[in-house]
Amino acid sequence: MDPKSLRYASTHEWARLEGDICTIGITPFAVEQLTDVIYIELPDVGDHVFAGDSFGEIESVKAVSDLFSPVNGEVIEVNDKLVDDPSRITADPLGKGWLIKVKTEPGTTLDHLLTWEQYEKQIASQGH
Amino acid sequence: MSYIPNTPNDQQAMLATIGVRSLTELFDVIPPAIRLERPLALPPALTEIELTRLAQQLAGRNRSTADTVCFLGGGSYDHFVPAVVDAVAGRSEFYTAYTPYQAEASQGSLQAFFEFQTLIAQLTGMDVANASLYEGGSAVAEAVLMASGLEPRRHHVLLADSVHPDYRQTLATYTANLDLHVQTLPTPAGFLDPADLKHALRDDTLCVVVQHPNFFGCLEEVEALAAISHACGALFIVSYDPISLGLLKRPGDYGADIAVAEGQALGIPLTYGGPYLGLLACRGEFVRRMPGRLVGQTVDRNGRRCWVLTLQTREQHIRREKATSNICTNQGLMALRAAVYLAALGPQGLRETAEACARKAHYTADQLTRLPGVSLQFDRPFFKEFTVRLPVGALERGLLDRLRDDGFHAGLPLGRWYSWLADCMSLAVTEKRTRAEIDALASALGRALTAK
Amino acid sequence: MSQPQATELLFELSRPGRRAHLVPACDVPDRPLSELLPAGALAEKPPPLPEVAEIDLIRHFVNLSTRNMAVDTNFYPLGSCTMKYNPKRHERIAALSGLADVHPLQADESCQGLLAILFELQTMLAEIAGLPAVSLQPAAGAQGELTSLLVAHAYFRHRGEHQRSRVLIPDSAHGTNPASAALAGFEAVSIKSNLRGLVDLDDLRAKLDERTAVFMITNPNTLGLFDDQIGTITELVHQHGGLVYLDGANMNAILGITRPGDFGADMMHYNVHKTFTGPHGAGGPGAGPIAVRDTLAPFLPTPIVARQGERYYLDFDQPLSIGRVRSFFGNVGILIRGWCYIRTLGADGLRRVSENAVLNANYLLARLKGAYEVPYGERCMHEFVASARVLRRERKVSAMDIAKRLLDFGFHAPTVYFPLVVPEALMIEPTETESKETLDAFADTLLRVRNEEAAVLQTAPHTLDISRPDEVKAAKEPILRWKP
Repeated sequence: MDPKSLRYASTHEWARLEGDICTIGITPFAVEQLTDVIYIELPDVGDHVFAGDSFGEIESVKAVSDLFSPVNGEVIEVNDKLVDDPSRITADPLGKGWLIKVKTEPGTTLDHLLTWEQYEKQIASQGH
Repeated sequence: MSYIPNTPNDQQAMLATIGVRSLTELFDVIPPAIRLERPLALPPALTEIELTRLAQQLAGRNRSTADTVCFLGGGSYDHFVPAVVDAVAGRSEFYTAYTPYQAEASQGSLQAFFEFQTLIAQLTGMDVANASLYEGGSAVAEAVLMASGLEPRRHHVLLADSVHPDYRQTLATYTANLDLHVQTLPTPAGFLDPADLKHALRDDTLCVVVQHPNFFGCLEEVEALAAISHACGALFIVSYDPISLGLLKRPGDYGADIAVAEGQALGIPLTYGGPYLGLLACRGEFVRRMPGRLVGQTVDRNGRRCWVLTLQTREQHIRREKATSNICTNQGLMALRAAVYLAALGPQGLRETAEACARKAHYTADQLTRLPGVSLQFDRPFFKEFTVRLPVGALERGLLDRLRDDGFHAGLPLGRWYSWLADCMSLAVTEKRTRAEIDALASALGRALTAK
Repeated sequence: MSQPQATELLFELSRPGRRAHLVPACDVPDRPLSELLPAGALAEKPPPLPEVAEIDLIRHFVNLSTRNMAVDTNFYPLGSCTMKYNPKRHERIAALSGLADVHPLQADESCQGLLAILFELQTMLAEIAGLPAVSLQPAAGAQGELTSLLVAHAYFRHRGEHQRSRVLIPDSAHGTNPASAALAGFEAVSIKSNLRGLVDLDDLRAKLDERTAVFMITNPNTLGLFDDQIGTITELVHQHGGLVYLDGANMNAILGITRPGDFGADMMHYNVHKTFTGPHGAGGPGAGPIAVRDTLAPFLPTPIVARQGERYYLDFDQPLSIGRVRSFFGNVGILIRGWCYIRTLGADGLRRVSENAVLNANYLLARLKGAYEVPYGERCMHEFVASARVLRRERKVSAMDIAKRLLDFGFHAPTVYFPLVVPEALMIEPTETESKETLDAFADTLLRVRNEEAAVLQTAPHTLDISRPDEVKAAKEPILRWKP
């Protein structure tokens, strides 16, 4: 997946909109910060998610982070393989490591999110 | 005595290194307006000899179980504590260590707690146990909160009136400001009637909480209660007596989802109510919702088996306001005592202890109910504790004071918690009681009841 | 001497038929169990506990004890935990039969000595706090926090101030603060620290409003700094109708020097096992008494020890009480030790405790600050927080690596990665019971370790029974018990 084709939240989620289906994951930077991911909690299919609200959690040994949805919508698919083996997210966070797919409301765009360049600038300024 | 090794010379050298002139200067940051400009009004300092003398004097004003035969129960029991328990818990390598955050320097405690977790799991027939909670009352509250974490959409809690009154009050206090509605089910016959539970269960019932054997000493119909609870999708939480499991079916065998207990009976002295030991065990799939510390097995870099604190993201120091509980410090030293106790008794010792309690309790009940006006309050099977009804007004007229003068903590008057049991008391009989003590109690009670 | 077999588990040592305890032959008439208890309630066999002989049992646990560092064997500068020396006389006194063998439901008349001790402890803790009403019930500091917040909740409800739904908590606070707030039914709101590591007054002002129930402050805070803005802070909170809660985890720094009640706190908890030397027990038991202002006293848990003439009694008669947070009176065994400590030290002794705790911490700070970054302050109270941030950046050596390496030299590690506001934190609390020589040896080691090769540090410890455990494996595939 070309990172430049995705949009980003400042809380380190990425989003890709195809039609009205939005795929959501977390960025390689976030995965690296967490080091060893040991647990991911995701919503059920049919649950509603809301832009800016937490839809799940991701844990390493000594940290836990909320996962924030960049959009409103209904969960239509969950990456179960990830729940079974959270370490899969490490290999390909922007591809096979996606978290959930959401059916968005009509008229949803990702214009409020950061571009790849803007996001890169943000993580550079976090003094990594 | 203040246990400070540094001499005035040391202090001067240290102050010089710091670059200040006096100890007082170190506190300059505290605004003068809020400094205490007088000595604290405390009693004068005592030497060890004086302190010991004072403590012995005050201890001498208490009627301990060493000089008064104890038939008191109600959640705290005069069981025997084998010397090995004190010997191990008295190792200051255990009692002057703290929470084993540095696993490499704490393998002793970590392994002991891993063994404790295993012992409690084996004792209860549950999949996993945590490394302890404070005591039996807050353990009930923690179990209900844990259930709520598992089933956040359910808000209705059913609680038997036969659960220890302190535990019920603790649960009420813990849940006072949360979105949980606790409904207490009456137990007029000394146990929760499964039919009553069936009527009370609702679609949104989160859990059912019972104690078995219960506060009156009676057995509950736990198998039926568990099945009825599960049929409604409610979790079944039981508070058990660990000694009773030498004889009775284990919570895991009759379908408990979360099993909690007061662990005091497992080698912990009475000490007027604490420190005791909260036990919590549950089904394996609930582990991420468990409160408190968990020790897990892993390997070191050389592949050697070792132990660490694990699944810490559940806990307050990481998850803060979303933690499964606010508990931090638990009852480590008491968990160690329980581990040594259970290992010292072993399966046979636990069975014999439980049998001795049951036989002696039944013998006591037989002897007491031969006295005119004394009867069993409930027609229910009991284990080591039972409730008797006494002649009307006998307790009010100072029966227990008289029996104490005769050398007995004879029983626990129940009117304080249950107005309908104002003429009843419960008695607990442990393996420590002898036939001679029991016979003497019966005659003393007989005398006290006939004296006017 | 290390004993390799110590790591076998009791269950692995078990052999059928071995025992370490016998029960006397039953002296009451032998009736079949089936007459006493219904068959359906009985287990077929007793629980599968290990079967060991007494020598196996003792050797097992005594060997395990040697695989611990403890205050009695090693310097243990675990920040925030106040790992001071535990006086042995307290252990002997707490074990006196007249104290240890007293049942919690005995009549008041039969335990006047114990009630006298507890009453006096209530009085002494009130004096040290500068707050008049004390409950000894909470089992540990975290339960003391919860109890106080429940008291605050009941107080506001009683006053009809139902809108007070928020508890404000500095970002440097212990995790128990927000966890207790949530459990007490409040929303936890975080307040920033300023550049000095103290409460950011602007952020506090911005978040104080009619929804504020309680502001929780640890003072000295977890950075070991006394917040000299405390007067302003308590005034601000009170102006908005809120209560100030003092997390007393760090009372060891201010005993007899300043009192929470005098600097505006309305309620507080003590950690008796820290400040007043209960045995830490590898994680408890603690005791977490609370002290509150008069106006909050009616809401305290029951019972409280009261006195009428010469007679002491448990007072349950408090209609506005929140109820109770545990069964029975409290962690009395730990409270007795706290009473012993205060009676042994007296006013002057307690003050010297704090003076020397602060002296020892500042001495270590002075010796280390050239080599380790200490982000907040030239001075500290009873503890300070150093950072390994530079080491991490320049040499990929973390606070954890330093901590582990210290173990090789016989020192327990400081608290690491807390408070969260300092990256690569090393939180050091020496306590007053350590000598200058011990502090020097520790400082020398930290200075030496800093210059060691990165590889040596990253793989430490090298001399303990085990090397670093695989924590990822432990969390990913949890093994929480031995299985047959």
